[in-house]
Amino acid sequence: MRPGFRLPFRPLLLVLAVTAVLSVVASLAFGSEHIPLPEVVDAVTDRFTGQDPGRWDVIIWELRLPRALMALVVGAGLAVAGAGMQTLVRNPLADPYLLGISSGASVGATAAITTGALAGFGIYAVSTGALLGAVGSALLIWLIAMAQGGLTPLRLVLSGVVLSSGLSAIASLLVFLSDDARAANSVMFWMLGSVGGATWEKLAIPAVLVAVVIVGMLGVHRWLDALAAGPETAASLGINVAGMRTTLFVGLSVLVGVLVAVSGGVGFVGLIVPHAARLVVGARHRVVLPVAAVAGAVFLVWVDVLARMVVRPQEIPLGVVTGVLGAPLFLLLMGRGAYRFGGDR
Amino acid sequence: MTALRLVDVSARLGGRTILHEVNLEIPDGARLGIVGVNGAGKSTLLRVLAGVLSPHAGTALLNGADMRRIPARDRARRLSFVPQEDVGTPELRVGEMVALGRVPQTRPWSRDSRAEHDLVRAALAAVGLADRIDTACDQLSGGERRRAVLARGLAQQCPIMLLDEPTNHLDVAWQLEMLDVFAARARTLVATLHDLDLALRFFDLLAVVGFERPGEPAGIVAFGPPAEVLDAARVATHFGVGSVQVPHPSRDQTHLLIHPREDTPPA
Repeated sequence: MRPGFRLPFRPLLLVLAVTAVLSVVASLAFGSEHIPLPEVVDAVTDRFTGQDPGRWDVIIWELRLPRALMALVVGAGLAVAGAGMQTLVRNPLADPYLLGISSGASVGATAAITTGALAGFGIYAVSTGALLGAVGSALLIWLIAMAQGGLTPLRLVLSGVVLSSGLSAIASLLVFLSDDARAANSVMFWMLGSVGGATWEKLAIPAVLVAVVIVGMLGVHRWLDALAAGPETAASLGINVAGMRTTLFVGLSVLVGVLVAVSGGVGFVGLIVPHAARLVVGARHRVVLPVAAVAGAVFLVWVDVLARMVVRPQEIPLGVVTGVLGAPLFLLLMGRGAYRFGGDR
Repeated sequence: MTALRLVDVSARLGGRTILHEVNLEIPDGARLGIVGVNGAGKSTLLRVLAGVLSPHAGTALLNGADMRRIPARDRARRLSFVPQEDVGTPELRVGEMVALGRVPQTRPWSRDSRAEHDLVRAALAAVGLADRIDTACDQLSGGERRRAVLARGLAQQCPIMLLDEPTNHLDVAWQLEMLDVFAARARTLVATLHDLDLALRFFDLLAVVGFERPGEPAGIVAFGPPAEVLDAARVATHFGVGSVQVPHPSRDQTHLLIHPREDTPPA
């Protein structure tokens, strides 16, 4: 790729969007039971045309479609959250879990399992624990940063990294102290992620939230560009830097907290997809956010297909696939172009 | 009518008082130069005037109104400020970076407009970079990048423009020309500068930021027409060099010649 080369934004977004729809439909064919593609299409369209449900109706509509859509929503959400986090802290290494959110979630979920504290929430006990842990860790970071003088990038990065390791240690301790084998599995799940448990009910909140955050961030795409240029420049361009950072921090924390609660911590997507998007369409948020969202969505749909196909009938965690697949893909993409972010070459 | 005014302003950075009880009045339409030695507090003074640093004590006023009561966006429509160490955004193209200057004028969800593109193009043309609009910012040389960042300040199209060392990194021709480029587009222009000779010729008012006594916070030690402010005794006291104002042999302008101080041998 010659330096400065860019793909045209609109055609690329259109191609990605079509790919996303096709990917979701195609992904429905894969699973412990292989369904031929024509029958997948029939099963999907039957509900719209009002025909009697065929033999695949339940598998497609109650199991695989919510799962594929969850992968779509989570992938889009993580990519946008990663792009936002990289802008907030002006650091190319930032990912959605920078603020200790996935470690916090694993502590909350593990505590819910080992202590049974949230049993009142029934089947949502563990998710609720995860959400509380995620929001709790973001709140802790916020309090630490504010007590020390504000949400500055360096403070957020350092306290996030430190708190993440601290919380991971606590999650491990909880597993160690517990005889419950589910606790160990739970930590694994909340660190590496899965959309295996997706249902239509669980899909609603993250889907709405991801859409709201994307639309909201697109609304202020220029302000985000200005914020990425540094606090002094942003202030001279009329940005209320402290207010903008707080808004971004709260919005991203809630988004990532909810995503983690429904799918665990799927690593890598939020780190590499925004960079990949900048590589192909440039760094302006107006083009990065939509491209990253749709690309992240497509990526995670196929990651989930691989996760359930590679060692069938076992499923491997999504984070394993994203890492194994994403690392070489990204290095290949980055190696060929002159790519800069936040002043580092 | 005053464009900018400081009343008893003190400013602190990292707990240290940099400026102490500064009073300054910048008339509408003035060209004010701010000079002073390294570390005297020129940039701090400019940042207070630009509204990006709130005074620790005292009041900064923009067009007669307390800066603290003016929303950041309104402020950025009335004055543009180009910081000293701003080298642009390396991941953006030159045109995209300059377009950031239009941020205060645009509404949420707004898209790129033809008019905006023309403004960006004009700003880049003014600093001699019209042909680099699609170049990546990190492909520019240091001086070109400085000019591109200054073009962002131009694109903001404000009546008041504040520039922190606009001639840094520029070649001689651009050092002479850059201030004219801004003077032609701003009603009121305030800039910090190290080149006392250029300051003498270009501005109609000069403020010297310095120390009344060593070890104390800085203040404005002289303010007025450049030829008076830059008299030999004051230049010796506040800049540590000897100087003489001489007429140009063939042009109708006065220059400031700088030489080592006679009374103190160079260390």
